[in-house]
Amino acid sequence: MTVERFRIGFLPLVDAALPILAHELGFANAEGLKLELIRDMTWATVRDRLLYGHTDAAHMIAPLAIATTLGRDRPAEALAVPFVLGLNGNAVTFSAKLAAEVGLFGELGDPARIGAALKAAAETRRAAGKKLRFGVVHRYSSHNYMLRYWLAGVGIRPDQDVEIVVTSPPFAADALAAGEVDGICVGEPWNSIAVERGVGHIALATAQIWRRGVEKVLAMRETILDERRDAVEALVRALHAAAARFVEPGAAEESADILARPEYLDAPRDAILRAITDRIRLVPGGEPIHYPDFMFQYREAANFPWRSQAAWLYSQMVRWDYMAFDNIAATAASNVFRPDVYRAALAGSGAPLPGASSKLEGGLDEPIGAGSTQGRLTLGSDRFFDGRTFDPDDIETYLADLP
Amino acid sequence: MRIAIIDTSTTRAAIISDGLREAGLNDLVLIDPAGPLVAQVEAAKPEVVLINLENPSRDLLEDFFAMSRALSRPIAMFVDQSDAEATGAAIDAGVSAYVVDGLSKQRIKPVVELAIRRFQAFSRLQRELDDAKNALAERATIDKAKAILMKRRQIDEPAAYALLRSQAMHTNRRISEIAEAIVTSEALMGDME
Repeated sequence: MTVERFRIGFLPLVDAALPILAHELGFANAEGLKLELIRDMTWATVRDRLLYGHTDAAHMIAPLAIATTLGRDRPAEALAVPFVLGLNGNAVTFSAKLAAEVGLFGELGDPARIGAALKAAAETRRAAGKKLRFGVVHRYSSHNYMLRYWLAGVGIRPDQDVEIVVTSPPFAADALAAGEVDGICVGEPWNSIAVERGVGHIALATAQIWRRGVEKVLAMRETILDERRDAVEALVRALHAAAARFVEPGAAEESADILARPEYLDAPRDAILRAITDRIRLVPGGEPIHYPDFMFQYREAANFPWRSQAAWLYSQMVRWDYMAFDNIAATAASNVFRPDVYRAALAGSGAPLPGASSKLEGGLDEPIGAGSTQGRLTLGSDRFFDGRTFDPDDIETYLADLP
Repeated sequence: MRIAIIDTSTTRAAIISDGLREAGLNDLVLIDPAGPLVAQVEAAKPEVVLINLENPSRDLLEDFFAMSRALSRPIAMFVDQSDAEATGAAIDAGVSAYVVDGLSKQRIKPVVELAIRRFQAFSRLQRELDDAKNALAERATIDKAKAILMKRRQIDEPAAYALLRSQAMHTNRRISEIAEAIVTSEALMGDME
């Protein structure tokens, strides 16, 4: 068997785990693949390496894959997403000062209650001529969209009442410490590092804003997917096997050991271990609390690229880039997610394969069985904090109804 | 045409600005990597921004450019379809370029080409320097290993070197690797008899 080589770009984040583990634990090798992990410090560089052939695939924030396809900020280049690397896993962290002002009590509070207190704080600051400022990891990130969804939902206008700036995750704690921002919305372990350094208090897990929000994806140029279809399917299987291993009881220690290494996250092992076991320390010196839905890497077919999730991200792009809704662009955005490739790769493997490619997002309160063409599929609550639902077939009505 | 240079390496920034000046491009602004990036770029009002590919501030910078759409002269990415090749070459060299909208391609092209050549020259220098450093370090390790062998085996220097060399040939490894192994094992087990 000839060995297929895949160079995969990534940023040092806990949710880069699956390609790293697929490489380190032999899942790629078992599929006849040789992975080479290429670490960068900005999404711009991850994207450029992908577009100009320094890498074949990348760990990427989902909205950036869509923005690149739609040609926001740069000439359009079609990307394809055959696999979701994880759901959620991010948090909103306030500076110690803002935490005291808003009244965080060392527990994950109710988003609506914290939001109401934050609204009062934002108004005070705005009146004093110094708006509250939040750092997100990228303009086209789920972090930006989750934060904005929450702020708007509690009556804070993200572009008028506060300021939202871009802060690279490894520098987010520094930005909090220096007072450059009053809050951050970033992935782990960077919230925990801010807490450990005593400069931040975790206010919310983004899973509290949307219980099953799509986070990082495996993105590649569409032409690569077409040219190397068999190898890409092998890569999907390797990542899926890594995901199954990742959530096995007893695997967390091993995963944390690997991820902490200098060539990967180069970050404290304990903070990584807490994130992957859904335990988060909210305040400096506090006991970590267990929040079972903190990050989602495997269960409930979490890796399945639902077209409706891409459509939701597009709806938020329209909302916050202040664009007009466009049916053709909406379809192009949904088409970035490739459930067909996921299904073809895992057919006959026993992995649950959803029958549908799109669903009503935010419609489930309780876990229910869902239609599948293979395996048994259960989907858990996927609520948005404000109880809204998103129908991918009627984005315009959804947008018109949003605050 | 005002060009801003943002580089985490001040040496490379100097090499690039020298090159641009030689080519008659004198309106240069060197952005201080330790200072506030966006504020400096905003104040400089550049028409071209050159930044090293791996600069940790690129996401921040691109966000500022996206926001600048509202300004009178928004800054866009250099690339457009027709220049994909030039942009690819720039990315390969490790430099990323952004220009204000509407700046003619003929004016940008020489700037980017020059930046690419200077980046490549810098990489070459860097490689040569690294090679020289490695060679020096290897030399030192081999000397240490020779000293260990001379002491332990009560042999002279040429004999110690011959021993290293024959072991390297037998095991198909480099002399410096054998020397490295000897130095490491001496550090771990030198006091055992």
